[in-house]
Amino acid sequence: MYRYIIKRVLLVFPTLIGAATLVFIMMRLIPGDICLVRLGGGGTSFTAQALATCHAEIGINRPWVLQFLDFMWGLARLDLGNSMWSGKPVVMEIATRFPISLEIAIAATLISIAVAIPLGTISALKQNTWIDLAVRTFSIAGLATPSFWLGIMAILIVLDVTQAISGNPWMPPIDYVPLWQDPIRNLSIVMLPALTIGYRYAAVSMRMTRSAMLEVLREDYIRTARAKGLVRKLIINRHALKNAMLPVVTVIGIEFAFLMGGLVVTEQVFNINGVGRLMVLSVQNQDYTLTQALVMFVVTIVVMCNLVVDLLYAWLDPRIRLA
Amino acid sequence: MTIAAPSPSGIAALVDDNLAPRGIFAVIFSFLRRQPVGAIGITLVLIFGLAGVFANWLAPYNPTSNDFSAMTEAPSWAHWLGTDQLGRDLFSRILFGARTAFIVGLTAAFVGGVTGLVLGVGSAYFGGPVDLWLQRVLDIVMAFPLIIMALVVVSIFGTGLQNVILAITIPLIPRCARVVRSSALAIREVPYVDAARALGFGHIRIILRHMVPNVMGPFLVIITAFVGQAILAEAALSYLGLGVQEPVPAWGLMLQGGAEEYATTAPWIAVFPGLAIMLTVFGINLFGDSLRDELDPKLRDR
Amino acid sequence: MKAVLRAGTAVIAIMLAAAPAIAAETPKRGGTLTYMIPADSSPSFDGHREGTFATVHATAPFYSVLIRVDPENPSSTTDFVCDVCTELPKPTNEGRTYTFKLRDGIKYHDGSPLTSADVKASWEHIIFPPAGVLSPRQSYYLMVDRIEAPDPTTVVFRLKFATSAFLPALADPRTYLYQKANLDKDPRWYEKNILGSGPFKFVSYETGQAVNGVRNPDYYHKGLPYLDGFRAIYAEKQVTRIDAIRADRAATEFRGIPPASRDELKAALGDKLTVQLSDWNCGSFVEPNHKRKPFDDPRVRRALTLAIDRWGGVPPLSKVADVHTVGGIVFPGSPLAATKEELHKIAGFWPDIEKSRAEARRLLKEAGAEGLSFELVNRAVDQPYKYVGTWLIDEWSKVGLKVKMRTLSTGPWLAAARASDFEVFLGANCQAVTNPLMDIQRYLPGSVYAANYAQFEDPKQVALYDKMLHETDFTRQRALMREFEKHVIDTETHALWIVWWYRGIAHQSYMKGWKISSSHFLNQDLARVWLDK
Repeated sequence: MYRYIIKRVLLVFPTLIGAATLVFIMMRLIPGDICLVRLGGGGTSFTAQALATCHAEIGINRPWVLQFLDFMWGLARLDLGNSMWSGKPVVMEIATRFPISLEIAIAATLISIAVAIPLGTISALKQNTWIDLAVRTFSIAGLATPSFWLGIMAILIVLDVTQAISGNPWMPPIDYVPLWQDPIRNLSIVMLPALTIGYRYAAVSMRMTRSAMLEVLREDYIRTARAKGLVRKLIINRHALKNAMLPVVTVIGIEFAFLMGGLVVTEQVFNINGVGRLMVLSVQNQDYTLTQALVMFVVTIVVMCNLVVDLLYAWLDPRIRLA
Repeated sequence: MTIAAPSPSGIAALVDDNLAPRGIFAVIFSFLRRQPVGAIGITLVLIFGLAGVFANWLAPYNPTSNDFSAMTEAPSWAHWLGTDQLGRDLFSRILFGARTAFIVGLTAAFVGGVTGLVLGVGSAYFGGPVDLWLQRVLDIVMAFPLIIMALVVVSIFGTGLQNVILAITIPLIPRCARVVRSSALAIREVPYVDAARALGFGHIRIILRHMVPNVMGPFLVIITAFVGQAILAEAALSYLGLGVQEPVPAWGLMLQGGAEEYATTAPWIAVFPGLAIMLTVFGINLFGDSLRDELDPKLRDR
Repeated sequence: MKAVLRAGTAVIAIMLAAAPAIAAETPKRGGTLTYMIPADSSPSFDGHREGTFATVHATAPFYSVLIRVDPENPSSTTDFVCDVCTELPKPTNEGRTYTFKLRDGIKYHDGSPLTSADVKASWEHIIFPPAGVLSPRQSYYLMVDRIEAPDPTTVVFRLKFATSAFLPALADPRTYLYQKANLDKDPRWYEKNILGSGPFKFVSYETGQAVNGVRNPDYYHKGLPYLDGFRAIYAEKQVTRIDAIRADRAATEFRGIPPASRDELKAALGDKLTVQLSDWNCGSFVEPNHKRKPFDDPRVRRALTLAIDRWGGVPPLSKVADVHTVGGIVFPGSPLAATKEELHKIAGFWPDIEKSRAEARRLLKEAGAEGLSFELVNRAVDQPYKYVGTWLIDEWSKVGLKVKMRTLSTGPWLAAARASDFEVFLGANCQAVTNPLMDIQRYLPGSVYAANYAQFEDPKQVALYDKMLHETDFTRQRALMREFEKHVIDTETHALWIVWWYRGIAHQSYMKGWKISSSHFLNQDLARVWLDK
């Protein structure tokens, strides 16, 4: 077991190095570069000399190998350098935008747990009744709706409804305030995006809860418990739910890591100055250092979540542990 | 994405009693009878699929020709679903859009799925260093959020249908490979594979004859889900301005222009393509769910 | 129509709301204006260095400039007034020397005085940047020989040759007056710091989110600014901005929103919303790559422009896209622009579209390029790039051309242009101050103007341009311009001029004193803006 754990933990490093290499190469394969975007993005013209100056300033005229070694050496020292776009440290660029993204991610997770676990459980217990059907329809619809579309519609509905009620249209603020400065304003920013993302997220978790519950309900010890005449509610709470939770928690964990992907689009819709929007921006600006740092940041989160999940499974399933 | 892999015994059961002696229609019929929800799903998919196939005959207008005398018209007898901001008939565009959606969805799912299948089964079968390295490579690709990966790939190759498909396919590969590998790993330990190996059968033969059929269940379930995911990913890419490009009729693209500017003044522009995406993906997911239930007897109502 | 175009009043700022005329009202002091900058945050605060309007919208209120477009009449293309100088000088020395006198008592926000040395240092930072300092608009000032500061209140610009292009170039809104001391200390100091002498003082920058400014009580234009301060929020997605204006999360944005969104806002807000419209000194052009067959053949290039029904197609297109006025290569508000009668003589602007299309088909047949298929490279931006592209493809299909569009995001799009990796390219020419002689530089062949990627040489055209640049007599210059125009977009069709864009600003009616101009770069110091709440 310990050998497996050590081996598995060590395997994190090749993944991280591989991801770093991949993002490094891919960013440079995009035609054009940050200087072009910066000088010509506004539709105005610029001289070749200006372009050369810009290249030299940022250092992207150096050979790839040197740039790569720099990047790797920086990673090893946990120094991610400065953004090519703003010239400010990448760590600062990310740190100022991370709190809002994290807050939305946590809120979405809470919403999804609050919705998914009760509904998934009821759905499993009432399998093939109209309740089950309704819950499943609700959850499949969640997976079938483009999230940006849901976001756009959500804002419009809020605007129309508030205008109809009070005469003055209302929408969430478009600039972020930390929770401790103005909790109400903060929550009104977080609420809609969290619901939008939370719905899809809940749909995934709900399906998992349902199938996990169905499986557990058929296990022998539940049947035994039932046969012993234990109260139905007790069986569900004490035994079934508890045992069904592991895969559900796993899904929630993995989805949490993937939330970063969901935020990319949703943050655009709600004008949230978060990590997801920064990522789209940095790819579009072809800001190599910032994109590399952001991708490494997200990849690290994903890899860590995977590591935890794998270790959990190894602990549960001896076949994998010993293989 | 989460798809519960059916247990090996379930798949074996499926392979034995479904595919072998009875005709394909009988299989389909019995599936539809047992899974009415799946029947609804497959009906939805078929409606849109056929609409795409026969768009040339069904569409009343040319989906790409502008008509400035009929811009942003509400639904009417002349234009059943109204017209968009360039006076193009929405009904015709949705029909042709169905074609684009299925081309994107099916190609990405099939190519991504089959590549994932090969890698997953191969990885599980050979094990050892092959498995170790392949898994690391797949881990790397999988660690990138799907949209970010697609965004970068489209930025590299440019937009356009083929590139969008490519951008969506790449991140699907490791997701399939992972699911397939975990089912294949379990099968590898089943005695008959060992027996086949002991009998000196070639790798290819063992893989094709024994392993591939046994991971077909989870494979089918996951590629079904991929079709829906690919359609949604195309819409998200379009929203970021990097999907299929005008004037090609594509639902995601229609949502982008429509949803952004006309949601209040001409809501039909935004609503119908949105509904088309929702219903199609909904249908695919319903079907996929039933397929999973069907293939995993543990989930079947007994 | 003729009179309208010539008088430079094609810029029609229409106040759609039933609001009383601005002039009749006495501005109120106080309040904070919240507006949006329709972009992601710009890379630096340095106006000399950056190209994007996002920099201007965030920093213009903090700075003074030497001269500028008249803030009381910003839609004029010929009215320039002093900001820190006392009056616009008459040139001496055969039009080659301009002597500016500076106002007294101008102070930077740190209290130190603004002198001619600061003005000289700032302009040299733009025109003669030190090694390693980026100044993308250097080429606008190719006529400047040197700048002198003989005493603390006098600045002298000495030119290499007399030209009417000098004063408009000097009025570029990005030519902020920096402090000499800071530039000496570090020529790049202003990228990360803000210190000017403008109507507002810098308060804070919230990374990627907002810029805040507060009233400068010592501003040298007495009584201004009216506002206590402003807050500019970056909001890149258009749909978000429309919603935000509707819910009054912000009073407006100053770039421009498309027609449908304006209608939507107007319908929702009624009198609470005011719309201002203007022709935009930006437009869409198409360039065929002369090195790719069959676009080496002028007949094919000419057929491309002949096929486009500008008179018939633009009015309906303008209902959905940010385009409006059919014009030649010179901005319709300028006295140098072609009149409608003059345009009618240019290929693609003929009054009879059927005749024009027949000619296009004939030329294609003659050149053996009937039913030609090609790819149009476009930018992955909706307004108006994709709309214009989609429209063009349909127009071309009417003469049997089969065109596919390849849209690229900004970086790859510019890279494709620079590498001449295209058959036909859809681009835009966007300028701040209307300065026709500089604005049309982009039609010159690549050997003269590096940013022309259509791959051709044309000495005749270059000679014509030089003559026009050095011509100081207006009538003769205008005649040369017609000749140049005919040569570029008709006879040789090195480029196709498609349509001028249209700028529409929708703002909460309580925001007053802001006047639209022909460019989103102009008149953004907010000194005259006030709130009627």
